[in-house]
Amino acid sequence: MTGAEVRNFAVAIVLFALAALIPLTGSGYWLSIGVSIATYMVLSTSWALFSGPTHYISLATGAFYGIGMYVVGLGIEILPYPVLLLIAAVLGAALAALVGLATLRLSGVYFVIFTLGLAELIRQLVNWGQTTQGSSSGLYVLTDISEPMIYWQLLGLGAIVYLLGWWINRSRLGFALRIIGNDEVVAVHSGINTASAKIILFVVSGTVATVTGALLAPRLSYIESSIAFSPMLSFLVVIMALLGGAHRLWGPIIGVVPFMLVWDLVTAKFPNQTTLVLGICFLLIVYAIPHGLAGLVEKYRARARGAF
Amino acid sequence: MFRRTILSTAAAGLVAAALAFQPAQAADTIKIGASAPKTGPLAGGAATTQWPNVRLWVHDVNSRGGLKLKDGQKKIELIEYDDRTTPGEAIKNIQRLATQDKVDFILAPFGTGFTIATAPIFNKLGYPQLAVSAITDKIPALTKRYDNIFFMLGSTTTFTNSVVDILKKMKDDGKIGKRVAMVNVADAFGIELANAARPVFKKAGFEIVYDKSYPLGSQDLSPVIKGAKASNPDAFVAWSYPPDTFALTAQAKINDLNVKAFYTAVATAYPAFKGKFKADAEGILGAGGIDPDTPALKEYFKRHKEVTGKDADYWASAVTYASFQILEQAIEAVGTLDRKAVTEYIKKNEFKTVIGPVKYDNQNSARYWTVGQWQGNKFYGVSSRGRPGAKAIIEKPAWNK
Repeated sequence: MTGAEVRNFAVAIVLFALAALIPLTGSGYWLSIGVSIATYMVLSTSWALFSGPTHYISLATGAFYGIGMYVVGLGIEILPYPVLLLIAAVLGAALAALVGLATLRLSGVYFVIFTLGLAELIRQLVNWGQTTQGSSSGLYVLTDISEPMIYWQLLGLGAIVYLLGWWINRSRLGFALRIIGNDEVVAVHSGINTASAKIILFVVSGTVATVTGALLAPRLSYIESSIAFSPMLSFLVVIMALLGGAHRLWGPIIGVVPFMLVWDLVTAKFPNQTTLVLGICFLLIVYAIPHGLAGLVEKYRARARGAF
Repeated sequence: MFRRTILSTAAAGLVAAALAFQPAQAADTIKIGASAPKTGPLAGGAATTQWPNVRLWVHDVNSRGGLKLKDGQKKIELIEYDDRTTPGEAIKNIQRLATQDKVDFILAPFGTGFTIATAPIFNKLGYPQLAVSAITDKIPALTKRYDNIFFMLGSTTTFTNSVVDILKKMKDDGKIGKRVAMVNVADAFGIELANAARPVFKKAGFEIVYDKSYPLGSQDLSPVIKGAKASNPDAFVAWSYPPDTFALTAQAKINDLNVKAFYTAVATAYPAFKGKFKADAEGILGAGGIDPDTPALKEYFKRHKEVTGKDADYWASAVTYASFQILEQAIEAVGTLDRKAVTEYIKKNEFKTVIGPVKYDNQNSARYWTVGQWQGNKFYGVSSRGRPGAKAIIEKPAWNK
């Protein structure tokens, strides 16, 4: 490990430790913001693991997230919770592999449209299953899992995602992905198995999203398909990752935190004009920081170095 | 440079606006919080049933000088948030109302999913939650778990059973035959109701001759209605949501599906339904209903229109207002802002409201309307549990051509 890496690890550990202290402040409000931030941190970072280097925009996050919720919703009365998390992970991975095999040969806008349709497809399948199986359709998840526990679980999952991202970045796989992102034809010609590289990353990101959905199910207590498979979620994940910068592992998080805080402020101050004010904020962001916050940070860092 | 100027001006503008929106701090007010959808899929329902009543109630209380407490009369200061039809946001809003705005009481959110999602947080923070727009079979489990939640609209089972009872009565009176065409929206509520209804219909001696579901948000429902018509039914029942309630009724008219009993579920009780179908609404059955001819409700409908500029619906509107009245009366009876005492008071006492007397039994009010019917210009309750004044059912006339 280089000196810089040791330093980065130390910084990350300190930040995670600080974040883990939030529930101890006793402020339920900051904790619920913390849960939102942790959720989108995990989702956006894992999204960027795949979409950052490959430039494939996936809108399937909502599909995986919804499956995770339904696994917990369907199984909570039968199986212990940790087992359900495991089932969710396996199911998410299997689905991602399946979808990856079928679609990662598509590129550009075709891939985007397919992933957008996936959430709706799965939602309709779930509805069909419930109609034909004759179970009641709202699922109740009444557990004693409290909000701090959900928050710490999300932080734990976040830590795993960061470690995984760091490891992938320095592995041959990460190198292959960067080449694919720059020019897929070149990658194929230099002997990289582009399909398997892309599928592996898609599986990682899909699994994480599924587990996130499973972790959040006890928080909602009542699962229905319109809530679990929300297309809004997939879009927000992309927006926040792009605001932060998808080309760096630490990019999405610096997008998620200000985004959630600003959005919360807007909701609180302008309850009747939220969407309007948010739209204006988006315009300002795109106009002022087209390369994401990570790009901005790097620019100023380079400038500061130049001054020495 | 120019760009930077624009940005800083815009930022300054936002900050200034944010400061201007800061609610005025006054010690002699009672802070009441409200969180419900203003955007997202449930916004339409909340704009009909929830928000106008929040406004009406605050207006009513403040125009009579405020709530009477032991240390004087205090006006209500309302703090409202949009939950964007997202449960996570709803939970956060309740947290913010309780811990940041430090409100004294919180009005219950809108919709079954949101009631249940926010129940743990209401319970943890110790605020009474007088749920209205929530229908579930889990009421006993939920009230056992949360000692501060109250229900007013009944369970899924009573909801379906009363529709079947109404049709059975029409059948026994020789008004309709035993052939029922049943359709449902393939989403939470619709699936649950259809599954509950199937065995009950059979037990009541009906034959389900057509049984189809359609996806939420379907644009074209004419195949559904054509199929139902081809099955030659005596009664048509749709477990539907607002958009499809309108679409199915419109298609039934176009395709001339004439049955003596025509039932669509949610939104049939909305004034907009009558507004759209006018004379054709006559005889259509739907979820809800009330007895709009009692003096209290007549006065309520008039005031609702005057204050909010909108007509109240004929189901949950008045019940929502009644739930606020219960809170109001409990606070005044206790005389302080002690939430625990107010919750206890609500559990033990009977309240006089616009919908008549309400008393919770194990945190569930067992008196509510289940089925209504358009007769003339009003949607009358024709079936209820424990509420007097149910109107006699009429046979639905043929569509006007």
